Amino acid sequence: MTAADWTGPVAAILAMAAATYAVRFAGYWIMSRVPLTPFLRAALEALPGAIIVATVVPLAMRGGISAWIGVAVAAATMLAVRKDIAAMAAGMGAVMAARALGLP
Amino acid sequence: MHTPDSAPRPVPCTLAGMVEGARLSMPMLPGVLVFAAAVGAASAEKGLTLGQAVLMSFSVYAGASQLLALQLWPEIFSLSAIVALVVVTTAVNLRFLLMGAALQPWLSRGPAGPVHLGLAGLTDANFVIGSRYHAGGGQDAGVFVGAGVFMWIIWTLATIPGHALGHLLTDPKRFAIDMVMPLTFTVMSVGLFRMRRDRLAWPVAGAVAVITAHLVEGFWFIIAGALAGSLAAGMFRDRG
Repeated sequence: MTAADWTGPVAAILAMAAATYAVRFAGYWIMSRVPLTPFLRAALEALPGAIIVATVVPLAMRGGISAWIGVAVAAATMLAVRKDIAAMAAGMGAVMAARALGLP
Repeated sequence: MHTPDSAPRPVPCTLAGMVEGARLSMPMLPGVLVFAAAVGAASAEKGLTLGQAVLMSFSVYAGASQLLALQLWPEIFSLSAIVALVVVTTAVNLRFLLMGAALQPWLSRGPAGPVHLGLAGLTDANFVIGSRYHAGGGQDAGVFVGAGVFMWIIWTLATIPGHALGHLLTDPKRFAIDMVMPLTFTVMSVGLFRMRRDRLAWPVAGAVAVITAHLVEGFWFIIAGALAGSLAAGMFRDRG
């Protein structure tokens, strides 16, 4: 293998990694430099849930009916038995089953 | 938890907490294994060597961005091709910025070394595990760090069989790989909802995310929706 074969991919991978570390630390770094006002405290407390909702809803819409079935089954299983592993397995299984049946 | 939140107390980071974080990660293992295998398979398909695939999983450690970058993987690595990969990776991973911000009031009171190690391994998985643990009154930063490091190792190792058995995983949708992250989040969100705080933030986040997803390509909907929901919670914090 010549040098040119691996330098490009490896440079791309390392550049991607550097960018990802930058965003991993940026939010933490910014928050350590701004005072935690009541507004920011309330906003930050609601942020994890807001990230989750803003991720799940559009991705489920892109994933089609099978995705909604999976989300519903996972949430219902979680509410019923309160076991992460059972809820994940049920959700993944429901999506795969729905897609195996040919649902979009 | 017996004192009000006014005086910042130091946050511990114990070995027991790290083990607990790894234990709390267990339910995510099947999803993560399949996801990592899919990334390994996509790497093989695009001509990455096994070493390059493992290097990517270890150093980038962010599945959705890896899959998307691999879809755009160029044959000739010009500077512009690399910049394009970096832009795509950053856009998909920009949610980590919000996650780090959300965790900062808790983690900044812990020991810097372990906390920075945990932040280096910040992904969706240890973010939700840490958030849920802390929302339930937990203080030990080790839970966040342990979950991150444990998943990091699993993720890197699981890329190897995916790279070797790539031809078996050519259709990620069939194995619900596109739903690993949304389903993980769904399961974790049960129990995170607080009526007073979230009855406005969650609908706002969902609505803005859906509208953004219709208008803008890529993964910007996460940022737009999360910011909108969070700002709504901040602005209307006193409405009881």
